[in-house]
Amino acid sequence: MFNSSLNQLSTLLATKRVSSIELTRDFLRNIKSLNKEYNAFITVNEEMSLDQARIADAMIASGEGSPLTGIPIAHKDIFCTKGWLTTCGSKMLSNFISPYDAHVIELFNKAGTVNIGKTNMDEFAMGSSNETSFYGPVKNPWDILSVPGGSSGGSACAVAARMAPAATGTDTGGSIRQPASLCGVSGIKPTYGLVSRYGMIAFASSLDQGGPIAKSAADLALMLNVMVGFDARDSTSLQHENEDYTRELKGPIEGLRIGLPKEYFAEGLSDDVSRAVDAAVAEYSKLGAKIIEVSLPNTKLSIPVYYVLAPAEASSNLSRFDGVRYGHRSEEYNNLDDMYLKSRTQGFGAEVKRRILIGTYVLSHGYYDAYYIKAQKLRRLIAQDFTGVFKQCDVIMGPTSPSVAFSLGERSNDPLQMYLSDAYTAAASLAGLPGMSIPVGFGKKNRPVGLHIIGNYFAEAKILSIAHQFQQVTDWHTKMPDIKKF
Amino acid sequence: MAVTLEDVKRVANLARIEISNDEANTTLDQITGIFSLIEQMELVDTSKIAPMSHAQGVEQRLRKDEVTEIDQHKLFQLQAPKTEAKLYLVPKVIE
Amino acid sequence: MQWEVVVGLEIHTQLLTQSKLFSGASTTFGGAPNSQACAVDIALPGVLPVLNRGVVELAVKFGLSIDARINSPSIFARKNYFYPDLPKGYQISQFELPIVEGGQINIQTGKNNEEDERIINITRAHLEEDAGKSLHEDFHGMTGIDLNRAGTPLLEIVSEPDMRSSAEAVAFAKKIHTLVRWLGISDGNMEEGSFRCDANVSVRRLGDDTLGTRREIKNLNSFRYLQQAIEYEAEFQKYILETGGKIKQATVLFDSEKRETHVMRTKEDSHDYRYFPDPDLLPLIISSDWIEEIRASMVEPPDLCFSRFIDSEIGSNGKETYALSKYDATMLTVDIDIATYFEKVVRIIGRKEAKLCANWVIGEVATRLNQDNKNITASPISPQQLAELILRICDGTVSGKTAKDIFNTMWDGESHTSADEIIKIKGLRQISNSDEITKLVDMVLIENPQQVADFCRGKERAFNSLVGQVMKKTKGKANPAQVNDILKERLKKKN
Repeated sequence: MFNSSLNQLSTLLATKRVSSIELTRDFLRNIKSLNKEYNAFITVNEEMSLDQARIADAMIASGEGSPLTGIPIAHKDIFCTKGWLTTCGSKMLSNFISPYDAHVIELFNKAGTVNIGKTNMDEFAMGSSNETSFYGPVKNPWDILSVPGGSSGGSACAVAARMAPAATGTDTGGSIRQPASLCGVSGIKPTYGLVSRYGMIAFASSLDQGGPIAKSAADLALMLNVMVGFDARDSTSLQHENEDYTRELKGPIEGLRIGLPKEYFAEGLSDDVSRAVDAAVAEYSKLGAKIIEVSLPNTKLSIPVYYVLAPAEASSNLSRFDGVRYGHRSEEYNNLDDMYLKSRTQGFGAEVKRRILIGTYVLSHGYYDAYYIKAQKLRRLIAQDFTGVFKQCDVIMGPTSPSVAFSLGERSNDPLQMYLSDAYTAAASLAGLPGMSIPVGFGKKNRPVGLHIIGNYFAEAKILSIAHQFQQVTDWHTKMPDIKKF
Repeated sequence: MAVTLEDVKRVANLARIEISNDEANTTLDQITGIFSLIEQMELVDTSKIAPMSHAQGVEQRLRKDEVTEIDQHKLFQLQAPKTEAKLYLVPKVIE
Repeated sequence: MQWEVVVGLEIHTQLLTQSKLFSGASTTFGGAPNSQACAVDIALPGVLPVLNRGVVELAVKFGLSIDARINSPSIFARKNYFYPDLPKGYQISQFELPIVEGGQINIQTGKNNEEDERIINITRAHLEEDAGKSLHEDFHGMTGIDLNRAGTPLLEIVSEPDMRSSAEAVAFAKKIHTLVRWLGISDGNMEEGSFRCDANVSVRRLGDDTLGTRREIKNLNSFRYLQQAIEYEAEFQKYILETGGKIKQATVLFDSEKRETHVMRTKEDSHDYRYFPDPDLLPLIISSDWIEEIRASMVEPPDLCFSRFIDSEIGSNGKETYALSKYDATMLTVDIDIATYFEKVVRIIGRKEAKLCANWVIGEVATRLNQDNKNITASPISPQQLAELILRICDGTVSGKTAKDIFNTMWDGESHTSADEIIKIKGLRQISNSDEITKLVDMVLIENPQQVADFCRGKERAFNSLVGQVMKKTKGKANPAQVNDILKERLKKKN
């Protein structure tokens, strides 16, 4: 059952061969036995999960169910969830019980899914290894000495270790795709604006986008069917016509033009990743796809641009954490300013502080044009690269991450090295394009490799189909880490 | 445009983050490294490029002018470190 | 040494909307603390702003009324600083591309003299959020924060440094105050903080081209304080310069009790606000169709109304003109409700009697409103009732003096009955039957032989005494002009 697809679980529930209560109990049991080791969840609340399962069973019994009704879903702890501790991986919010639901949570509640727990993450989604979490690092189920990636590392780990059938995540510069890649699971970041940011604690507003992590492209399509939706409370939410993301899954690969940007296969890419990606591309070729070399000349600028824009927005977004209305307030302080200083200094971890400082600096008087405006101009160049390339090909493929999962602690004291983990993912975020990662093999130390598929705006159904067709003829996505507990 | 120790301290104060001298030095080292990467931006001529704030070229949506919110201060203030008489309490504000 | 004072104003006016600039919380004044501070207003993690259409319409109305440019796109920016009454740690405001740019306002600095008219240019008007309130009464040595006001829409109107005295600054502020109330975009309530002024003041030698260093006086919430603060500040700066000192750029506060300003912060410790476009909000596009729609929904601006009131010929737009004096027109256009009241009255009576109607509105009505501290919309006498009363003067039923008595009876009466009813019940109808008056005059002439004799000897005063006697007999109801005529005629016969 833990290896079942969402479709299979849905059928089991609909035909009453299993109840949501049973399913929920099973996954809770898994979490109980595995989470100590993997640290994928920050909060598990059996009672609240089972309450939802009961409601789901009633919905199914009365015929009001939809495809995901009764299925347990793990939610990244960045989504405000009414009555649940919502920490964003930070000490700052370690006492914050959200008084409201994010739009994404509302949608899952409406669909009748069960919240199986809130997953661990890099603090305020700032990190690529999950090591910046106040709640400690998440372990990669394929190799507990390595990182699961970040910032949605808890969600990727939970799916990989079968603690949840599927999970939500968020992606600002690669935070869904990179951990999916490192944990050997599938993940998609939709076009910016498709998933409402309301209730998703902001890191960098113009880049943040919610999306799912699951075991297969078909599962991702079902998750997107729930998550995507216009929300009037988010000014950047797009009034896009509702789509069924499963509709194109069976579409053929024959004649598909796949662009391989030469910049994604240049210096910096490790051999083991390169080999697995090449093999996946060869598989597509076998399926009838045309492989074209393309160029995204401004690729190397995506990290500098990203590390100006994201910290700038973050420095302002995180100003609300001042210890006045919620969150951590220092026990002792001499005056108002001291309370701000101490509460924020105690409440934020090193990486968050570093990015606040970078962001504050690039926005400060005299530097704004040189950094912020310059970066926004380059952002346009990066987006224009894609517009050009999508005239030559239908999708872009490459490695999701330059290397397989690195070891815990390996890069935590070297922010610069850490930032390069997003080298291939940040550009699509800057352009607002949909991107996904699917497992395509293993590299060094049997650590997973992910294939990055970038589509044009609103091409989610298409890239899901491309991934699905690959998963019909390969079995990388069914591989499971060696989890001894069951 | 090298970042200086003074910059780090000035910026930390603007962001209300306490930073000791040692920390400021370490931070300076790290930030200098990151800025060496960021400085690559200077190499590109962008004089004819317009800044891009959003991925989608859409315009601001507008909300009808109507009251849609109800009083929830009790629920909200359960999360507050210190309140009294429905007010959030902070150390004395000196104007 | 001759000095010139240079003043520019920044006026924050709260816009009159149901809900806040970026949230659906109520903007009503005076609610229980934090009862009108929703999730967006208290900046819970994850919440986002959505712009209120009504706010945009009000700002556009202001822009159109001063002939300004309406920017499209206009951009919202974040102004970053920490303060407990600023929940997000930034204020959403506008920096580059404000919604309104340019435009001008005419002010009168003298009394009714065209030469004293001055044009004050408006730099810009932008939208921004108001902050919450800090309550300093002692909560165990702490300050209480009420966020009900947080997020209330403000229009910040910024003038060019075009004013040359405190009087001009006050005239400008009053003009803006009248305008925003007239347009219905703000209640202008200064006590509740809906209308606050900051004044940028500098002085320079008369004839100098360059501006002196300015100091900004913050948060002046009455016209009197505005005047006093600028006067003090100008004298202070002159004194510093005359004694060889230099003005340092600073932000100052006005102490209304001591009537002096003191420094709040200098330029050195001024904030670095790190303005940048708010990534949660998109460019605001205002189509020309929308602008025209808003224009069509606007009331006539006060300046046009004033011109119409003094014009004697009907304009090309066919709107009524009344040929009033500038003084009357000024008095009638201090408030749109007064102008509306006046026009309702005059429409019933006819424009020939516009002057008489103006006298009544500016005179009796204004006096009683003042005494009762009432707005004209709360007047116990409706324009229709007043018009009926004035009609009775015009048709000679009552004298002006009697009309005033009737007016007061109506005003104070519980049921505010009509003028006609009062005239009937109290028998106030003027006696204008000449036979009746002739009879009374003859009676008076018989009863007062001495006065008649005095008059015949050329004592004019005796005539007035005789008129008085006749009026006394009619209890004041006789038409005085008629009494005069008949008396003169009868006396002529005696001669």
